[in-house]
Amino acid sequence: MAHLETSENAPSSEAELSALIIKSHAEKIPLKIEGGSTRDGLGRPFQAERSLSMRNLSGITLYEPSEMIIGAKAGTPLRDIEAALNEKGQMFAFEPMDHRALLGSKGEPTIGAIAATNASGPRRIVAGAARDSLVGVRFVNGRGDIIKNGGRVMKNVTGLDLVKLQAGAFGTLGVLSEVIFKVLPKPETTATLSYKNLGDIQAVQMMAKAQGSPYEVTAAAHLTAGLGRDISRSFIRIEGFEDSVAYRLGELRRILSKFGEPNELRGDDGARLWTGIRDVEFLLEPRDTMVWRICVKPTDAPILIKELQAQLSFTHYFDWGGGLIWLSCDNQSLDAAKLIRLAAVKFQGHARLERAPLELRASLDVFQPLSAPLMKLTAGIKKSFDPASILNSGRMYAGI
Amino acid sequence: MGAIAFPKPNTDIMLHRSKIIEGLGALLPADSIITSEDERRPYETDAFTAYRNMPLAVVLPRTTQEVSQILRYCHTHSVPVVPRGAGTSLAGGAIPQEDAIVIGISKMSQILEIDYDNRFARVQAGVTNLAVTGAVSHEGFFYAPDPSSQMACTIGGNVGMNSGGAHCLKYGVTTNNLLGVKMVLLDGTIIDVNGAAYDAPGFDFLGLICGSEGQIGIVTEITVRILPSSEGARPVLFGFETSEAAGEAVAAIIASGIIPVAMEFMDKQAIEICEAFAHAGYPLDVEALLIIEVEGSSLEMDSTLAKIIKIAKAHGVKTVRESKTALETAAIWKGRKSAFGATGRIADYICMDGTIPTGQLPFVLKRIDEIVKSYGLRVANVFHAGDGNLHPLILYNVNDPVEARKAEEAGNDILRLCVEVGGCLTGEHGVGIEKRDLMNVQFNSQDLEQQMRVRGVFDPQWLMNPAKVFPLEGRVTA
Ligand SMILES: Cc1cc2nc3c(=O)[nH]c(=O)nc-3n(C[C@H](O)[C@H](O)[C@H](O)COP(=O)(O)OP(=O)(O)OC[C@H]3O[C@@H](n4cnc5c(N)ncnc54)[C@H](O)[C@@H]3O)c2cc1C
Repeated sequence: MAHLETSENAPSSEAELSALIIKSHAEKIPLKIEGGSTRDGLGRPFQAERSLSMRNLSGITLYEPSEMIIGAKAGTPLRDIEAALNEKGQMFAFEPMDHRALLGSKGEPTIGAIAATNASGPRRIVAGAARDSLVGVRFVNGRGDIIKNGGRVMKNVTGLDLVKLQAGAFGTLGVLSEVIFKVLPKPETTATLSYKNLGDIQAVQMMAKAQGSPYEVTAAAHLTAGLGRDISRSFIRIEGFEDSVAYRLGELRRILSKFGEPNELRGDDGARLWTGIRDVEFLLEPRDTMVWRICVKPTDAPILIKELQAQLSFTHYFDWGGGLIWLSCDNQSLDAAKLIRLAAVKFQGHARLERAPLELRASLDVFQPLSAPLMKLTAGIKKSFDPASILNSGRMYAGI
Repeated sequence: MGAIAFPKPNTDIMLHRSKIIEGLGALLPADSIITSEDERRPYETDAFTAYRNMPLAVVLPRTTQEVSQILRYCHTHSVPVVPRGAGTSLAGGAIPQEDAIVIGISKMSQILEIDYDNRFARVQAGVTNLAVTGAVSHEGFFYAPDPSSQMACTIGGNVGMNSGGAHCLKYGVTTNNLLGVKMVLLDGTIIDVNGAAYDAPGFDFLGLICGSEGQIGIVTEITVRILPSSEGARPVLFGFETSEAAGEAVAAIIASGIIPVAMEFMDKQAIEICEAFAHAGYPLDVEALLIIEVEGSSLEMDSTLAKIIKIAKAHGVKTVRESKTALETAAIWKGRKSAFGATGRIADYICMDGTIPTGQLPFVLKRIDEIVKSYGLRVANVFHAGDGNLHPLILYNVNDPVEARKAEEAGNDILRLCVEVGGCLTGEHGVGIEKRDLMNVQFNSQDLEQQMRVRGVFDPQWLMNPAKVFPLEGRVTA
């Protein structure tokens, strides 16, 4: 072959990928799997002898709009897939987060990495995360075996669900070669109600009330004062056919009247807002802060924030009705990081260090540490896929 | 029948039955252990009644601690265990083997916590599916996955099988509605996998546990999402002259951007059976019936229905009948949800559960008909049309061993067909023993070995529901 040098590290078929891994397995050569490298800054810094590029495994393999199913090789740029979906008026329901702005990275996110990182966005509260839309995978495990799980149909309970295990495993359990997602029609209309000047507690109450109503809220977020405006703003998004959206807007205004008179955002204004919330654009600056992604049950979010404010100063906002706290803290000490982690655990939630300098990411767990028995199972599962520990090992947890 | 084999009982364990019962008896109150033959009989099988085995004993723990002690005992003494919810599995998932202890969770039936602001309910695994909705409906909430067996089946069993239902086109199946579980591992260790927060950290254990068919642990507590009920729901009946036309209408509805909460299909045979049972007003002069349900305010439902009706008309719909009253709505769903029971009144049946790409619907329906006819049998088709999850019911006489064998073979042919056209062996009922020996049709040995290696992390000795899911030949431990 003419390009032996490149094809060795950038396989262009599953068979080549498998051959490469068989070799790495035999020689115990740790690999770093690279999609678009837009999320390199996320996770533990880890040592890998070689990189493995997915760029030559690219292309849509299957798209059936009437079956709401799309499949693509793992290295396919997300942009290409979204363009294809857009043409047929469809979308990924889980609104995958783009990490480029937050992590200051370049390049194009790939579809395989969306699956591997289980990325999602504001619509997660109703549509689930990437793992809920991912219906099939093909991957090469750490022995070089080419394996499939799930398939191209939405309902499938045949055997153990390794699709879910691969989603969010950050490439530590296999190199995804192809992924199949279910998709949804794009809503005809989107509208957002914006409430002013609510405190954290009130905002979460408002969002809970809206989400507990029959009016099908598809996103609920709260930006604290100072983020974009000098007042706080709390948002409720609804989507669907125009007449239905108009009706539900009216009903939501009515049941939320005690929270004040909202503004209504439509069109590009609304779309930009939700992309900004999804991609943490409100906490990009200053860049020398650590940014945390904390999940707790929504009503605990304001309490956690209040308790933490007594100990630290930081900026934060809520997505997922309070279920997701984005927090930026300019004190990048280990002690500060530990306080944040502790707070998440106290409220039975979990915290991930989403953006931080290398040294900090090397000195504490980036991902939420697990209980001892779960950690033991985690190690067992890693070994069952990747016995020589060569695939992105150490990216999530030391030794995994 | 009898084409599906169970592993040979371990004679050593059979010989020590009384000692094992004594050992378990020391861990449990007397009314939590069942040993007499008469009382064990209800546990011999599940809803896949063609197969049955008398278990060594049945235990009915009341707490997670008791489950832990039982499992630790069985692990120490290498006694196989079979977890059991309500025993409504259609795949034989809860059928025991003679050297196994059945661990039934039916006494663990408390609702532990309901949180409307955060929209979740935490329940013990033995709570029935419908009881979750029952506990929250007065506040305008419901639990979405709705298997037709929802009055009887347990949430634990739903997690075991990753069960679906008629409304999962919009709301997803069990795995999409799960937030956390408490589970006991074979060695008695109790693990908590996530709680009420989104996006459990680490590997997706919840996803792995859901649908693992009792092979990797016993789930004792479950946190599920509860959702606000819509303002209203209205099913509409659409009768078509051919199933092709019905299938095309389904595709066109989805292509138009509408996702109805449910789109259920019945063929003529199924329509007749269900109508005779439920008197739901199903049209009898059509070849195919779609029950399409929409939700929302009456205004919204009117407008969505107008769009759907327009599409249906473009595809030559023959009858359109909207439900006008709550009573009618109930009758329409009663007919659909009792399709299996109603079929059971006219004949014995086996219920298949393959999924196909919906574009293959007309071809597959035609082939199913041919396959079943070639065995000299009859078939009724009901299925979830939006997602291609088929439920052909093959009618036969259980007392005629030749016919029973034919039904099983016809069923296997249908499942092979589902895989051939790009689908899978089971959409919601699980593999159990029923489809175990067909797993090689869908997966190659490397696919299966990877699954078994994961299984081996939890149960290297194959003690947990060991007769299920994976073909008896070619098993790997780690
Ligand atoms: C008339 C009828 C209609 C049906 N309709 C549907 C339908 O619409 N959709 C659908 O998906 N299914 C349907 N089913 C199938 C069945 O009801 C489901 O599979 C259900 O989830 C089984 O629940 P169960 O409590 O009866 O569990 P069981 O049958 O007792 O067990 C099911 C499996 O889960 C395991 N298990 C049970 N409890 C636990 C636990 N606590 N921890 C770990 N593992 C456990 C068992 O070992 C077994 O493998 C139907 C069945 C019948 C008889």
